Amino acid sequence: MSAVTTTARPASRAGRGGSLGWMTVPALVFFLGFAVIPLIGVLALSFAQWDGLGEIGVAGFANWGAILSDPGLPHALWITFLVMAVSWAVQTPASILMGAFLAGHQRYRAVLSVVFFIPLLLSSAALAITYKALLDPNFGLGAGLGIPLLVQDWLGDPVLAFGVVIFVVSWQYIPFHSLIYQGGVRQIPRSMYEAAELDGAGRVRRFFSITLPQLKYTIITSSTLMVVGSLTLFDLIFVLTAGGPGDATRVLALDMYKRGFQANLMGPASVIAVILVLVGLALSLLLRRLGGRDSGHSQLEGA
Amino acid sequence: MTTVPTRAPQSTAAAKSDPRHRRNVRRSKERPNYLAGLTSVLWLVIVVVPIYWIVITSFKSQSNYYQENPFAPPAEPTLANYRLVIESDFVQYFINSVIATIGAVVPAVAVSFMAAYAIVRGRRSRLLRWTNSLFLMGLAIPLQATIIPIYLIIIQLGLYDSLMALILPSIAFAIPLSVLVLSNFIRDVPKELFDSMRIDGATERGMLWRLAFPLTRPAVVTVTIYNSLQIWNGFLLPLVLTQSPGKRTLPLALWSFQGQYSINVPAVLASVVLTTLPILILYVVGRRQLLSGLTVGFGK
Repeated sequence: MSAVTTTARPASRAGRGGSLGWMTVPALVFFLGFAVIPLIGVLALSFAQWDGLGEIGVAGFANWGAILSDPGLPHALWITFLVMAVSWAVQTPASILMGAFLAGHQRYRAVLSVVFFIPLLLSSAALAITYKALLDPNFGLGAGLGIPLLVQDWLGDPVLAFGVVIFVVSWQYIPFHSLIYQGGVRQIPRSMYEAAELDGAGRVRRFFSITLPQLKYTIITSSTLMVVGSLTLFDLIFVLTAGGPGDATRVLALDMYKRGFQANLMGPASVIAVILVLVGLALSLLLRRLGGRDSGHSQLEGA
Repeated sequence: MTTVPTRAPQSTAAAKSDPRHRRNVRRSKERPNYLAGLTSVLWLVIVVVPIYWIVITSFKSQSNYYQENPFAPPAEPTLANYRLVIESDFVQYFINSVIATIGAVVPAVAVSFMAAYAIVRGRRSRLLRWTNSLFLMGLAIPLQATIIPIYLIIIQLGLYDSLMALILPSIAFAIPLSVLVLSNFIRDVPKELFDSMRIDGATERGMLWRLAFPLTRPAVVTVTIYNSLQIWNGFLLPLVLTQSPGKRTLPLALWSFQGQYSINVPAVLASVVLTTLPILILYVVGRRQLLSGLTVGFGK
């Protein structure tokens, strides 16, 4: 390529660079207009006073002071962290196991995988509505079956509601992460397993000595998606519990929505949004550091 | 762990002889992986039971729902629930969802493809590298956190409560991942092909259309599917940026339908089935494409 560009006439070279630059313009316009400017805007609005309808006024550091001294913030941060940590701990082992299992080529696995991935297709709203109906103490499954154990106020008890959120999140996303791990497992060279087998390594040994280390970058990719995804877990919790009972499942994203669009306090809500962005950024950087290099290119060099 | 129980009974015979041992190892390879198999079967049950329940219940009448065993198929199947859902303007909501999805995905993929092409071809331009880093930054940031300024911008543009209000931010949100995936695939197109087309006098635009696009078509399909599902199932943007029932998309319509008919469980479930049906049909038709579209090469 360098040979071509050096021999090309200067005029055509300039034209080429120019036409390439122009090609990014439409994407840049959209991205600047509806991602970069809003990102700057959210920081600006965190110092403003706005009810969502009227004039925008200056609030100085009042919003920040109010939010940082609000006991609701550490609570929302804690709940967000809990959702992140517990759903990660539930989903990751299950996804790795099933991903490894589905990576085989037997025919019955193909049949199995047809049903297996259906949760991926449902919208969070549809899922939340289904589970709300399913778990309703008066009209749900428990009442219909007459099993007392299932007749709980699932969404009315703080601990149970949190458990339900974790369960539904896992129900929705385990297939997705299994799919990622399935791809990762299939890229592990067979020769590694054959060599280990000749050395007499059993299945468990092979799993821990080959599969798991080889999946390192897949684990980082999947964990990043889970962690950053759980920050924006809005739809599901909003429809399922609306943050309740009380504020038992009020994660940061929900806190932002409620302050902004229900209490009409856009300034304080923007403060929460800035915190959300910072937490997301910090977590992505941390996970990338853990990976040692850009997780976006992770598995390309693996095989 | 799994090798222990089967080896134990044989140890009484001649486990120490080497050939035996070898055969034993080979057999362990063919033996199914019980732990993973059990997890998968358990998972299958967890997935199938709610889905089965949704489908059969949606055909029950409200009065029968309380009398029958929840897992028994409906004694008198009825389509009344589906009629109620369709009469609640779900056709309109469906059309809204289709317009918002196509209206956002087609431009999103088009502009992302052009940007990805330029980023790969102009690797040595500092401006283009900088553009790429800007898009990559979008992957690390939860863009939903920008919903308040987006709401403000949409109001200022006079687009509040229109489908265009959903389309514009959706395009922006789709760009970072689309550019990343597409540029990864365009990078795999052999440089020699570009060089020989250049010598034949092709312009960059010509090479984009006649070389890069045909060669990366599977990636384009994948990215299109991924973005379509994201937007089709999107909830926050319609919730914040639209108001009137006439502009509702399906997830939002589901939510308000559920609020209205929460006691009528069969009708609510019929609305869930009906809104999922289009995607389910697509899934049956192009399962492989859809699944690869869902992970857009995350495992790559």
